[in-house]
Amino acid sequence: MPAVSLHGITKRFPGVVANDGVEFEAAEGEVHALLGENGAGKSTLSNILTGLYRPDEGTVELYGERVEFDSPRDALDAGICMVHQHFRLVPPFTVAENVILGDHRGEGGRFLVNPRHIERRVAELGERYRIAVDPRARVWQLSLGEQQRVEILKALYREAKILILDEPTAVLTPQEAESLFVTLRAMADEGRTVIFISHKLHEVTAVADRVTVLRGGKTVATVGTADATPQSLASLMVGREVDVATRVPREMTIGDAVLELEGVGATGDRGAEALHDVSLTVRSGEIVAVAGVAGNGQRELAETITGMRPTTTGRIVVGGKALKGGDSREAIHAGIAHVPEDRLHTGVAPSLSIASNTVLKSYRGTHIARGPMLRLGAIKERALHLISSYDVRTSGPNVPARQLSGGNLQKVVLGREFSGEPRVLIAASPTRGLDVSAIETVHRYIREGATGGMGIILISEDLDEILALADRIVVMYEGRIVGELDAETATKDAMGLLMAGVTEPVA
Amino acid sequence: MNNSILVVVLASAVTYGTPLLYSALGELVAERSGVLNLGVEGMMLVGAVMGFWAVQTIPGPGPLVLILSVGVAAIAAGLMALIHAFLVITLRANQIVSGLALTIFAGAGGLSSYLGNDLNLADAPAKHAFGAFFPHGMQTLPVLGPIFFEQNALVFVAWVFVAGVAFYLARTRPGLNLKAVGESPAAADAMGINVTRYRYIHTVVGGAFAGIGGATFSLAITPQWVDGLTQGAGWIAIALVIFAFWRPALCLVGAYFFGAFAGLPFTLQARGVTIAPELFQALPYVMTILVLVTVSAAGARRRLGAPGALGTPYVREER
Ligand SMILES: Nc1ncnc2c1ncn2[C@@H]1O[C@H](COP(=O)(O)OP(=O)(O)O)[C@@H](O)[C@H]1O
Ligand SMILES: [Mg+2]
Repeated sequence: MPAVSLHGITKRFPGVVANDGVEFEAAEGEVHALLGENGAGKSTLSNILTGLYRPDEGTVELYGERVEFDSPRDALDAGICMVHQHFRLVPPFTVAENVILGDHRGEGGRFLVNPRHIERRVAELGERYRIAVDPRARVWQLSLGEQQRVEILKALYREAKILILDEPTAVLTPQEAESLFVTLRAMADEGRTVIFISHKLHEVTAVADRVTVLRGGKTVATVGTADATPQSLASLMVGREVDVATRVPREMTIGDAVLELEGVGATGDRGAEALHDVSLTVRSGEIVAVAGVAGNGQRELAETITGMRPTTTGRIVVGGKALKGGDSREAIHAGIAHVPEDRLHTGVAPSLSIASNTVLKSYRGTHIARGPMLRLGAIKERALHLISSYDVRTSGPNVPARQLSGGNLQKVVLGREFSGEPRVLIAASPTRGLDVSAIETVHRYIREGATGGMGIILISEDLDEILALADRIVVMYEGRIVGELDAETATKDAMGLLMAGVTEPVA
Repeated sequence: MNNSILVVVLASAVTYGTPLLYSALGELVAERSGVLNLGVEGMMLVGAVMGFWAVQTIPGPGPLVLILSVGVAAIAAGLMALIHAFLVITLRANQIVSGLALTIFAGAGGLSSYLGNDLNLADAPAKHAFGAFFPHGMQTLPVLGPIFFEQNALVFVAWVFVAGVAFYLARTRPGLNLKAVGESPAAADAMGINVTRYRYIHTVVGGAFAGIGGATFSLAITPQWVDGLTQGAGWIAIALVIFAFWRPALCLVGAYFFGAFAGLPFTLQARGVTIAPELFQALPYVMTILVLVTVSAAGARRRLGAPGALGTPYVREER
């Protein structure tokens, strides 16, 4: 009898069918992977299983019994816990407070609570499953990897029988991911059911017993990992044969330095130091990748270079001229283009049309404006040109940007940024959430940009992407550059160690 | 000695600080759940008028009537808060707009004035009022007499409220849940806490506190009903929550501090000192401006320790 079985689950959101008759079964004591591209409906399915969403159709059975969850409380009571993709922790609370939050079994106090009382138990669980965190630390002080441990501790503390983890490795170094897998195996060996969501093939084959593949909201297949290869899973996942991202040889003519950072420091949103003494040179025609676990200063680095965040120390030199910093218009004039991490909110103005978005950076230019008046005809022409040359799939230039799919939106952003003929391009996670064909397109544009003489900084957490695109790799850890590797010879292991802050060779 | 200016000012600080304290505590409770309620002034005025109506209407021995009247004030203001809760929690209206609308609807020139005039409450002396709680002998003690022993029961009950709210937040499970709801409703929801219920309950209870604050004017300080008798105290209470960094104990200190200002014109007048009263009357408005500026600067809010989700509705299936 399966621990979890979902039949014919359908969930619709305005304009999308996120789950379309999904079938899913996971047994007691197994690690069951749920594999699928971004947007395949994995998170939606798990939110249904945890009572956050109500399915429009379909049934949920636990250990052979039909259940209906009205709220997460019901799912928790049934022994289901989930580690969400975006953690559900209360940042100002301590670890112990987060662990007992909502735990109404009365341990640590039914009406009166004393989180202190459970600190010992939390520490013990941490030791036993090799996920120790200081129970008195406040969550906002913890790294993302540690926050994930808190989420798992919550589940262990509640003695969850079924644990769902939604893309848990996105915030981990390869080594941290390995150690997470050990923890998950240990939990499964105790008879729990672990549902592990991912879109990374090698992880799935490494940790899971069986895999269910979702594509476009439908179940494609459930296979044992023993009989699967990364290639066979990849083609199930995208519905056709694909090559896993590979290095494409590129004609390189490396020129002069276009961007130099000299000892740059900056503070983060919380006022703590986010960048410390960062020095980096990018030359014309070169792609420099910045690798690192999310939250180690990459976003602040991009914002500092593009003038969205002031520097506290050091200087930024573009094409031989120092910037005063903290002024995005100055950065644009100096020839710095930016493909931001959050393309929908930072990259475009979502409610404005595609046409308006294409001129957001150049509305002062004489070809677009005459004095204070915009030349709407010229703007439209320009947008049409961008739409055709970048193959943006849309019904026209007046469509609001928010209606574009992720890949097409990214093409608009790239088209706008490239049209200014920049010297330097800062691309932050440019392919996150895109489908395979859109990724190919974005990669092609980045390569072409470099061939055309731009200096490019590629910020990415996807090591495959970095290895496929970069000429040089620098690794960031806690706001510092902790190492530099040649992309030809770099390995994921070497990057992973640096990403964990290990700079000394391990004895 | 008991006539020295310092003692008199301190005594009036406690007297005039008490309604501020009730209302600020109520606003604090609501804001800790993530609901900003700018309707405090309106809720206080409704509490004041309904409390006074009850004291004139309910038959029976004085102490009992007074207790019941405070209850009526709390319920009336709680009902006002319920309107706000429905608008901002269920209908997800903008919290600032809804709160301001509540004050306009319920406040001076609105519902509270209508009720007061319709029920003929103006110019009538109160049948019962909160008087000094301690025996006369103690009131004449030096310094402590006027500041402490001359005060009415509502002053002391307010202290119990401060301690109660502080304890609730720091030591109880519902208090912990409340803080989680105000900080990260998504986290609270995932842990099985009913975000909507917590927000409703604490918004309404917060409103009830404001009603008691209003009744403090009409049943103890004035004690009668005058249109718009709170004179902006509700706005000061909102500002106070911010200056108290959302902590009950600091509310107490802040309330007495502002109470001193509120009481000063009367104190000074009684001694024949005349300072332009406009100076003091402007205070609530200066405070309001400060509040609105602070509340709208999200960065500043965070740094001051505002609940992370203050002012934002929570919708489970929305990203
Ligand atoms: N709360 C929501 N509101 C509207 N659309 C949503 C919501 N959640 C998911 N979707 C849409 O449903 C589809 C599946 O999303 P999701 O389950 O998050 O996929 P995955 O986790 O596999 O990446 C996507 O097209 C996404 O845009
Ligand atoms: Mg997802």
